[in-house]
Amino acid sequence: MTAGAAPSRRSRRRRIVAILGFIGLVLVLWEGVKFIGGDPWRVNGELMWTPPLDLKFATDINLPHVWSIAAALGDPWRRSADTSLFMFLVGKALYTWREAAIGFALGAVTGIALAAVFVHSQLLERAFVPYVVASQTIPIVALAPMIVFFVGNEILAVVVVATYLTFFPVTIAMIRGLRSPDPRALELMRSYAAKRRTIFWKLRMPASVPYLFTALKIAATASIVGAIVGEGPGGVQDGLGRAILDFNQTYITGPEKLWAAILVTALLGITFYLVVRIAELWWLRDRAPDVAT
Amino acid sequence: MSSQAVVHLSEVTKTFDVPGRGTMTALSGIDLSIGQGEFVSLIGPSGCGKSTLLRLIGDLTVPTSGTVEVNGKPARQARVDRDYGIVFQSPVLFDWRNVEENVRLPLELIGTDKAAREARVTEMLELVELSDFRRHHPYQLSGGMQQRVSIARALAFEPALLLMDEPFGALDEMTRERMNSEVLKVWTQTGITVVFVTHSIPEAVFLSSRVAVMSARPGRITKVVGIDLPRPRTVETRENRRYFELVTEVREALRGMDGRVEADDAALERATAEGGIG
Repeated sequence: MTAGAAPSRRSRRRRIVAILGFIGLVLVLWEGVKFIGGDPWRVNGELMWTPPLDLKFATDINLPHVWSIAAALGDPWRRSADTSLFMFLVGKALYTWREAAIGFALGAVTGIALAAVFVHSQLLERAFVPYVVASQTIPIVALAPMIVFFVGNEILAVVVVATYLTFFPVTIAMIRGLRSPDPRALELMRSYAAKRRTIFWKLRMPASVPYLFTALKIAATASIVGAIVGEGPGGVQDGLGRAILDFNQTYITGPEKLWAAILVTALLGITFYLVVRIAELWWLRDRAPDVAT
Repeated sequence: MSSQAVVHLSEVTKTFDVPGRGTMTALSGIDLSIGQGEFVSLIGPSGCGKSTLLRLIGDLTVPTSGTVEVNGKPARQARVDRDYGIVFQSPVLFDWRNVEENVRLPLELIGTDKAAREARVTEMLELVELSDFRRHHPYQLSGGMQQRVSIARALAFEPALLLMDEPFGALDEMTRERMNSEVLKVWTQTGITVVFVTHSIPEAVFLSSRVAVMSARPGRITKVVGIDLPRPRTVETRENRRYFELVTEVREALRGMDGRVEADDAALERATAEGGIG
């Protein structure tokens, strides 16, 4: 029903072309650098090309060929394994995503709750917001082992780390969002003798939804970083964090695997972000077209 | 104090503390009684406190001294009893609700049962001639249509009193005149009492039974002009000779207060805006 809200087929096609074009450009640049200054190019052991320059960062160890990474994704993830590296990493990614999603949900609820308290009490806001801000300046790598120690359970610890990184953007955005209603809208509610709770649910919360989604898009990727970082000290074996640490240790013998793991991690982040974005578009479908962008 | 007065103000003053400028008197010695079914406009230069006066009646701000009564009750009690509906200069529609959901809002808060609610919403949308736009969202409507939704919402719970704070100030002249006729139609059909803030002299004269002319610094009512134009008022009314006489009378009453300091106006407007939000 909302005319003009849905992008036309032509602009959608143009966007897909732009995305594919950008990926193509990155691949060309990547291989271009290797063409100028990488290790000699070999196909099936046969020398094909010797780059004129010797650039340290472009060696096969530091920057593997994109087709080596692609091939590694299709190969068994380790000798004599049944599953390909890709399926192996997807399994790990789903595991990590579960932890991240739980942390994301808890962080969102925590953030909304804190913002709701702060918006209703300036005293509490002044007293506690500095600590909320300070909490985010502590490096998560320093904090994660302590959280593992305090929480005990490994997976729960990972979830807590993800929550910790998620609640902050939500809190800050929701303080703003819950305060976003026009003063006249608040007066209107007052003219109906509406109670604070009614004003919160009928006015402040709906008005804050665009702000909430902006924060959730940040939180989606932050929760995945939190889960991956937490998996190390947490000793969680089944997630991407462990895989990244393992492939890091065996980098010299198989650099493609770490690059593949990074690729899958990025895909996971993008996917989570897109899920939130689609939820946003759906939720705000009836609002003015500029609100949902 | 008459018992049939819908609005009764006596000896009302309102002062604001303006940071760095001390206390400013927004309203002083206001006495006004508005009877059942009257249409009273408050008109005056900006900063004369006419919006503040409206907000006092609605208990959206409290007087420094004096009493404000609505329906024979203190203003606060009247607000709690939902004795009035209010329309602001901007429509203040909730953009996550469509037209009918916006009109339904006060009924939800009051707890009207669902069937009565739907019937009432339908009735209100017919009154403001927006039945075909029930499911439209605010951003899809013109400014005049949005303001009609806002009027329907204000009337939805059948309040005894309608407060209107420069409701058509943001509309172009043509739309404004059409809206004036709409409001009179609503007023005639519902028999509601209206207090209407405006700074348009033609609008005040066209609509009202009485026009209260206010002066600034401090804000007070300097003259009340009775509008004896016949009803129903139509396009011809605006070409009526008596209409021009009354417009002139109001204009002359307003002329007493030229040459005010504009900076004071601005400071007071700010204080009014900040002071009343609460």
